[in-house]
Amino acid sequence: MLITQLKSKETIASLVNGKVFIINCQGCKEVSFPEKEAAEFQKKLSAEGKVTGIITTDYICNPENMKLRLSYHQAEIDAADMILVFSCGVGVQTIAEYFEDKKVCAACDTYPLPGFQGVTPLEYKCDQCGECYLNLTGGICPITACSKSLVNGQCGGSKNGKCEVDSEMECGWERIYRRLAQLGRLDLIKCPTQIRNYATDAEVSETK
Amino acid sequence: MKITEAFERGEFVVTAEVGPPKGFHIEHMLEEAKTYLSGITAVNVTDNQSSVMRLGSLATCKALKDEGLTPIFQITCRDRNRIALQSDLLSAAMFGIENLLLLTGDHTKLGDHPQAKPVFDLDSVSLIHTVKQLESGVDLGGNELVGEPPKFAKGAVVSPCSDSVDAQLAKMERKVAAGCDYFQTQAVYEPEKFIQFMEKAKQFGKPVQLGIVIPKSVGMCRYMNANVAGIHIPEEMINELKADKEKTKAGITGVEIAARIIRECKPYCQGVHIMAMGWESKVPSLLEQAGL
Repeated sequence: MLITQLKSKETIASLVNGKVFIINCQGCKEVSFPEKEAAEFQKKLSAEGKVTGIITTDYICNPENMKLRLSYHQAEIDAADMILVFSCGVGVQTIAEYFEDKKVCAACDTYPLPGFQGVTPLEYKCDQCGECYLNLTGGICPITACSKSLVNGQCGGSKNGKCEVDSEMECGWERIYRRLAQLGRLDLIKCPTQIRNYATDAEVSETK
Repeated sequence: MKITEAFERGEFVVTAEVGPPKGFHIEHMLEEAKTYLSGITAVNVTDNQSSVMRLGSLATCKALKDEGLTPIFQITCRDRNRIALQSDLLSAAMFGIENLLLLTGDHTKLGDHPQAKPVFDLDSVSLIHTVKQLESGVDLGGNELVGEPPKFAKGAVVSPCSDSVDAQLAKMERKVAAGCDYFQTQAVYEPEKFIQFMEKAKQFGKPVQLGIVIPKSVGMCRYMNANVAGIHIPEEMINELKADKEKTKAGITGVEIAARIIRECKPYCQGVHIMAMGWESKVPSLLEQAGL
């Protein structure tokens, strides 16, 4: 099981740049989705005239279903400068994969809870680390896409674009670098030094 | 002495590296270091290089220092979490070891204990940040240190001939922003690529030492081309080694090639770092041929 928790209002506000298309996922019943807070926040954004459209659906991690759903909202998506996703890390990564030139942002952090995991396609992995990095990495997770889970850029170990540990695996940070270049957001690679916080799940278990 | 002082004096700084043995008898290593490496600015000590378990870097640094050499303590993030890393940094300061080379480290799967847990609690960038924080008198947990904080020359690595050189430059910039004072590079065999890299890297204003590995044999070159990240040895160079087997075996050809690379790159960088890999005895003739 997992919990999605809204990032702080200030953090989400700082992500919003221009017009936004919003996707809410209320799929897995195991996920404790912050419905009320999310709706409140989205209402406020709409009132400011920043929202081109909102989809609330389930299982956005199902790629075929999602492709169809998104096609109904093409005009709203085209009118938006970015897409803000309220879901677990798998959902954000699935959506980011659709949009090569549109920034996809995560509005939530994902934490683990013991129990059944729900439906997640294997090719998008979320480690439920509790401090989602997807907004800094173009929607590709450095925790699962890098065999060392590095959060400050690639190591010196990739050869011909492949990981030093597994010659079949693409270097996650080279994927991130290419994706950010494509989005015109290489500035994100110069973000302040990131230090992981391994205390996050303990805090959640204590407070929930 | 801090290596940064030598850069500040405008010296072309020469360093080399030694790898501690798998065992605790270091008389031979110390003897070699004293004989062949005492004339250079500083000596790196590798930290369980290639994820192969060996004698510790910190203890070997102390032994070198006791012999009058200036050690550079290499630290990777593979085997220690942030508590152990900071503790070892304080231990280094206590021994008067002032030079660091801060690395992420190879993955455990590449070494001789592939079953080991890879740590990577920090990485090269956040480790530089951590050292900077200790230098301000506060640890990474935000707690004050007792007494005068340590001061180090903080080094890091960069791979100038990598096939993703732009991503390497971006990472280099992050290291500079985190507080890195100087860089040593992966082994260079393509001077023109290195020079192009330096054209872009000079904007960061940090000294860069050209990395050199003396090519020992055709087999070694082929192995590195196939397996070592950021290294491509051109075919013409491999042919040079093929031409005279005896000369290559004696190390003469390898030293000639390495000296030529240093001469070509010297105007564009601030020093050279020699990874002799057992050929420490060749370092003096290499430096002589390179005009250093």
